[in-house]
Amino acid sequence: MLEKAIKGGSRYWVWVFFLLSVIGIGFIAYLYQFKYGLGITGMSRDVSWGIYIGQFTFLVGVAAAAVMVVLPYYLHNYKKYGRIAVLAEFLAVPSVIMCMLFIFVDMGQPLRVLNVLLHPTPNSVMFFDMVVLAGYLFLNILVGWTILGAERKEAPPPKWIKPFIYIAIAWAPSIHIVTAFLYAGLPGRHFWLTAIMAARFLASAFAAGPALIIILCLIVRRFTKFDPGKEAIQTLGKTIAYTMTLNVLFLGFEFFTAFYSQIPGHMHSFVYLYTGLHGYSQLVPIMWLSSILAVVALVMLVFPQIRKNESLLAIACMATFFSLWIDKGFGLVVGGFVPSPLEKITEYWPTLPETLITLAVWAIGFLVLTILYKIAVSIKEEVVFDKYGEKQIKAER
Amino acid sequence: MSINRREFLKIAGVSTILGIGGVSAVNSLRNRVEASQISPSPEALVAKRWAMVVDMSKFKSEEDYQRCIDACHRVHNVPHITDNPKHEIKWLWKETYEHAFPGNEDEYLSEEIKHLPFLVLCNHCDNPSCVRVCPTKATFKRKSDGIVMMDMHRCIGCRFCMAACPYGARSFNYKDPRPFINEAKENLEFPTRTKGVVEKCTLCYERLAKGLKPACVEASNGALIFGDIEDPNSEVRKVLGARYSFRRRPELGTRPSVYYIF
Repeated sequence: MLEKAIKGGSRYWVWVFFLLSVIGIGFIAYLYQFKYGLGITGMSRDVSWGIYIGQFTFLVGVAAAAVMVVLPYYLHNYKKYGRIAVLAEFLAVPSVIMCMLFIFVDMGQPLRVLNVLLHPTPNSVMFFDMVVLAGYLFLNILVGWTILGAERKEAPPPKWIKPFIYIAIAWAPSIHIVTAFLYAGLPGRHFWLTAIMAARFLASAFAAGPALIIILCLIVRRFTKFDPGKEAIQTLGKTIAYTMTLNVLFLGFEFFTAFYSQIPGHMHSFVYLYTGLHGYSQLVPIMWLSSILAVVALVMLVFPQIRKNESLLAIACMATFFSLWIDKGFGLVVGGFVPSPLEKITEYWPTLPETLITLAVWAIGFLVLTILYKIAVSIKEEVVFDKYGEKQIKAER
Repeated sequence: MSINRREFLKIAGVSTILGIGGVSAVNSLRNRVEASQISPSPEALVAKRWAMVVDMSKFKSEEDYQRCIDACHRVHNVPHITDNPKHEIKWLWKETYEHAFPGNEDEYLSEEIKHLPFLVLCNHCDNPSCVRVCPTKATFKRKSDGIVMMDMHRCIGCRFCMAACPYGARSFNYKDPRPFINEAKENLEFPTRTKGVVEKCTLCYERLAKGLKPACVEASNGALIFGDIEDPNSEVRKVLGARYSFRRRPELGTRPSVYYIF
């Protein structure tokens, strides 16, 4: 099936080479980081995790979100998702790859990465995260590839794949719950020390991930002959309306607990993020941008009249995605470090090389995504394609 | 001699099992040999659980603090990074009361106490959160005496421990620390570090092994009291039994081994 990825029009190759050049620039930046150390980033003794770990956290959610399509399709036999199930599974693959790369570029001693396997430590959430991520990557490649292969032969998927599909469905939330536990079990970090963290992670993931799937479906429809289906997109839009509502509610719960209890440690990070603390307010504009986007997205998603218009739904999805990207990919991680446990403030902002490396990892993700989608869509164009009824025409000849 | 595939697989399988068994047998033997090689020297200081008491009444001048800090940082080749405070490395340092004990400052606390510097360091917690989160056991609690150790050769630099430590006791080498060590003062008996690893106070395990007290304790002229907290007759226990003491953030359940008295 891989041969499909090397047959494409000029637009396809321009896109691929654009991604490759972004990767190339980021790779040079990474060589610089490899030589000098993580000192080239904006991280510090006080803010010891930055945009790399933020992106990792956000992307675990995107990876887990495939389950929002796969679950109704396989467990409830919701046929409308038949066309996009593989697209959702194939989004999980580059997402997990990006997660792993973001962890890797964040390591101070990347050449010692195998120490995690040589000295397995079950009491470390980081160790478990590695296990569940690797397992999820394997499951999604296996399931996606097998089902697409069957589809290509116009045969039903083999029976032995069923257990793997069910395991993958149960596995998806686990990767995000474990990632939330990276944060939610640390003494002295009030901002993260909250039982609702895992629930928040799941809600935001199940909003941001499907939002990206809708955007990708619309792109696929625009540029290929394969139509993921209007109804599938609409149903997914409904899912986002609910999960985004939950996400905003959960954030509201955090605000309530912090500000009604009036415990300083619980309020400080929120104050820093949304209004600034002791004159430090670098993150205030982007956090408000995130909040405004969240409100816009919510209003657009909740009213069916707006949601049913596909162009407006696309805007709502973009607003959802960027709102959560800021909130989870940046604010959540940095906010936990400011103020420090010693109640001192050191601010963080990514540097240029750090940004280039981040962009390169995203470009690698998009490259893998492009290749997988190219394969999937090429097969679907041949097999399930019926946008202009070409199959019918062929049959009539 | 010719063998068919079936026989070949049999021999291969059996020899693989024997090979694995052999390796593990040799490994366990080697562990025993190494254990006997590094058995403690007779003059080593031993304890069930080391603890330190910081007697604030004995820190009177700037120099009293600096003497301890310098002794520690010199003997452990801690780099003096001044070009970027974000990359600072410190094992033992001064922190004012409001930062060392956040949440404890009262509204009308005298300015003197509010800004009084306290010596702070790794608390060598009995229930260390940094050890709990480390994915490679690069930081671990030593079974024999409770020191929270740091293996800088195993550390992968993920900095999970820095997020987990509620005392800000850990520093990360954001760049090569060696250019920031004064060569004239370098202690050749203690290793320097590489970039990309986390480091912190290790309670001078290398000095204890030779029968010496930690460098800061030695330099403190009695302001830092060091001993076995599980020995009722130790000096630390006597001081703690007689005077009011407090620890940093005891409510977090980490059970710090560093105590403060006034």
